[in-house]
Amino acid sequence: MLEFRLTPGMQHSAVVRVTHWITAISFLGLLVSGIAILLAHPRLYWGETGAVGTDSLIDLPLPFVLTGQSGWGRYLHFLSAWVSLLTGLVYVFSGVLTEHFRKNLLPAKVDLSLRSVACVISNHLRLGRPTEDESLEYNVLQRLTYLSVVFLLFPLMIWTGLAMSPAITSVVPIIVTLLGGQQSARTIHFFVAVALVMFLVVHVAMICLAGFRSRIGAMITGNAAVRREHA
Amino acid sequence: MSDELTRRKLIISGLAAAAGVSGLAVARRLADRYALIPPDSDGIYGIGETLTYASQRLLMSYHSLAREFDRSQISKVIPVNGPPPDNDTYQRLRAGDFQDWRLIVDGLVARPSSFSLADLKQFPSRTQITHQACEEGWSFIAEWTGVPLSYILNLAGMSQRAKYVVFFPFDQFWDSLDMPDAWHPQTLLVYGMNGEDLPTPHGAPVRLRVARQLGYKSVKYLARITVTDTLKNIGEGLGSYSPEIGYSWYAGI
Repeated sequence: MLEFRLTPGMQHSAVVRVTHWITAISFLGLLVSGIAILLAHPRLYWGETGAVGTDSLIDLPLPFVLTGQSGWGRYLHFLSAWVSLLTGLVYVFSGVLTEHFRKNLLPAKVDLSLRSVACVISNHLRLGRPTEDESLEYNVLQRLTYLSVVFLLFPLMIWTGLAMSPAITSVVPIIVTLLGGQQSARTIHFFVAVALVMFLVVHVAMICLAGFRSRIGAMITGNAAVRREHA
Repeated sequence: MSDELTRRKLIISGLAAAAGVSGLAVARRLADRYALIPPDSDGIYGIGETLTYASQRLLMSYHSLAREFDRSQISKVIPVNGPPPDNDTYQRLRAGDFQDWRLIVDGLVARPSSFSLADLKQFPSRTQITHQACEEGWSFIAEWTGVPLSYILNLAGMSQRAKYVVFFPFDQFWDSLDMPDAWHPQTLLVYGMNGEDLPTPHGAPVRLRVARQLGYKSVKYLARITVTDTLKNIGEGLGSYSPEIGYSWYAGI
């Protein structure tokens, strides 16, 4: 039997909650519009150039259905990108100022040992439920995942996105030459997007496993209701 | 007491709202004055467009040069989007090897003029090997030869009031550039490609090349160039044909 209990312990701050949902909406916008843009030319290349008739890196098993019709996708992509970027900046600045990253996301040195990481992984694989104490803070895998999403994947999306801009690369050409060319930037942009979607799938799956209503509620109201199992 | 509080709150929030609205209005006027608002700035998508355009115009140098490449990097495959114009005027000019073609330059200029292909070829030219990406995702590198648009604008004597240069081709894909891109040294009226005359599918006799924007800004099959201070009375008033079919006016992305 399950019941929920309010704990004064770990709660999501208002900034985290608001930026979380704005990011969720803008990420959805980026994803839908990104797919629309991709469907204008679902072929990936490496280097500076690539087109139908040249060798591709990967021919994605998708149709060329939105060729010449993905204008709305482009408008929506850049609007969502702005919302996501500005929200992300607020989140990162506040996370640094309030020491949210240091206190809640930076793994402790002891937790980074191979044994403790392996322990968390094996717990996950055996689908073991976290104890009440464990669910009050992020484990080492969660911490590493969230940190990579915030400080690796999103920055990579921004970098590779800007590297496709002919205007911006005229000012800072190094952002595209470092990646090996404009088409390489496009290809990396695609794969980092895939990584973010994989994160989203696992993130949502974990929320369902941990109790969909209580986790969603915690991210809306800030009250961390913890699932407690009665013997 | 609480009545007074409510009233005070009301007045304060009213004042704040008024300040907010007039602040936004002032910001918009200022942004407009410094040419930071794109012509397709209406609607929800216009917010993203305005942020992109304004931040690029504010933060970037007007003169930054697009990357140029080595001859060995010129693409062997250069796809073409869309057929050449099928109207009689274009077909007749093409049949005559564009001998009778003239590029008209008018609008806010001191000396409205027209130039033949031979005229353009004897002006100072620039050759550049640049990357061009289509909004669809594919791209190529080619060598382009032509007259810098700035040379023609100087020759015609552009007015101080000018804000945009509009390009009318023989087909429907008209477009326009703001002053930074119109006067950019890599913005060319191109008549040569990879060492030969510009091939018909690539926009013969003369096309525009805008090195710092996506391919669709590089208007093909040019017929007329008009200098103007407003885009409101051309087409649907969105600055080019692209927003009319769902694509943004500014393609520097």
